[in-house]
Amino acid sequence: MDDLYREVIIDRYKNPLMRGTLDPHDYSYEDDNPLCGDRIRIDVRVDSENKITEAAYNGEGCAISQASADLLVESIVGKNLDEVKALTKEDILEMLGIELGPVRLKCALLSLKVLKASVYGLENVEEELT
Amino acid sequence: MASAISNTVLDIDRIRAEFPILHRETQLGAPIIYLDSAATSQKPRQVIDIMSRYYEQQNANIHRGIHRLAEEATQSFEEARNKIAHFINANSSKEVIFTRNTTEAINLVAYSWGRANLQAGDMLLLTEMEHHSNLVPWQMLAAEKDLHLEFIPVTDEGLLDWTAFEHFLLREPRLVAFTHMSNVLGTINPAAEMVSLAHQAGALVLIDGAQSAPHLKVDMQTIGADFYAFSAHKMCGPTGIGVLYGREKLLASMPPFLGGGDMIRRVHLRSFTPNELPHKFEAGTPAIAEAIGLGAAVDFLESVGLEKIHQHEQLIVSYALERLEEIPGVVVYGPRPEKKGGVVSFKLDGVHPHDVAQLLDTVGIAVRAGHHCAMPLHERFHLPATTRASFYLYTMEQEIDRLVEGLYKVKEIFS
Repeated sequence: MDDLYREVIIDRYKNPLMRGTLDPHDYSYEDDNPLCGDRIRIDVRVDSENKITEAAYNGEGCAISQASADLLVESIVGKNLDEVKALTKEDILEMLGIELGPVRLKCALLSLKVLKASVYGLENVEEELT
Repeated sequence: MASAISNTVLDIDRIRAEFPILHRETQLGAPIIYLDSAATSQKPRQVIDIMSRYYEQQNANIHRGIHRLAEEATQSFEEARNKIAHFINANSSKEVIFTRNTTEAINLVAYSWGRANLQAGDMLLLTEMEHHSNLVPWQMLAAEKDLHLEFIPVTDEGLLDWTAFEHFLLREPRLVAFTHMSNVLGTINPAAEMVSLAHQAGALVLIDGAQSAPHLKVDMQTIGADFYAFSAHKMCGPTGIGVLYGREKLLASMPPFLGGGDMIRRVHLRSFTPNELPHKFEAGTPAIAEAIGLGAAVDFLESVGLEKIHQHEQLIVSYALERLEEIPGVVVYGPRPEKKGGVVSFKLDGVHPHDVAQLLDTVGIAVRAGHHCAMPLHERFHLPATTRASFYLYTMEQEIDRLVEGLYKVKEIFS
């Protein structure tokens, strides 16, 4: 039973590092997955060169959705927006270090969807994340 | 294996032997523990076999064929309808309309009876514990016809608020539509009493029987509903077929729902005459093998006995409540066992239901997590989701024990 949820997932779920809100912020977006009740908001601040200086997430939901948000938000600080654009499903799964079926994949990818929608619009989010 | 509770009313090993899938081993080498029968039940051998036999030996389109196969297929199909009419104690097999499922049966009533009989300002009375299938069709109709929807509230205990029900009846709803048994709380509503009060108030009554027809003896004469809808796949039958029971006079007065073949007596270029009941509501080639499969499922359930099935589930659900409530951090929703069927929805403090279900799956236990197609009911209890374990005639107390062990492990991982 314990192999499925690696320690990092449980740890980030219980003791998140990047939880909070940024006000003011340059970018912000919130979305939910009504099927599960997962909800995530991500706030981002950037400098004049579009480099992310600060980021935070808030929300509620399952361990997978919340841990993936925490890990993702931590990983983007210091990156520029073009690098965020290039992030893929595989990057998230690599951070989580687990394999997921189609239903739970949606939980894992909600944070990436929210992040991409915030920085360059929901209409530009790839199909696999929606 | 000791199964004191499971063997009280049923010969559990003999029943389980009829269900091939219950012997499928999980990755752990043990048989799967299937606690998701409220979503869909497993299928006994005789249902699976009769459907294969139909395709191997009888397959033909029904009703107008002159050849032997067509005659045999028609006979099997209509025999299945007769079995179902008998199963629910309908007055006639004309009152048994085959649909795809409960959802389609409810939509049929909304579109046919609703469109023809309801006017702007009319009130429909539903409840807060409905499955989306008994909410959304009425919301769609309400938007189209400017109807008024009201909802009988659910008490903290998980029962319908009777005072509110009586109060709403004073406002003369045209239709009262409610679930016989909640798919989340397990609450068994006092259907016959509700029908009687609704009729006194001048309303028609539609009952969503998706969770009750598989588990309780449902008798149309005793319950007295005008419409009763249920699905085969939750009662040991196949997917793709359901039933709308309707009182004959009422069905006869209603316009057809879907148009096409079989539902007509004659067709001209610009007009048609509808067929007789029940065919008037069965446009197009129906799910023939599935109807025959449902007939076999009904035979199977009757051979075990619906009273016994209900008694067995009462024992199992009592045991499950007792065991689950001893786990610190578990909160179970819904009434006490004597007022509910074999469904237990709960939350485990600090762990999202999806995580609970995912971790239980790793030890071979199938439960459901989410809102179970009843989002308004979850809102009522301020819950984004719950974990649901649901039982049937093949559920054993050892499976409940394994569920409880599993939940302790989940707690440990998240502690």
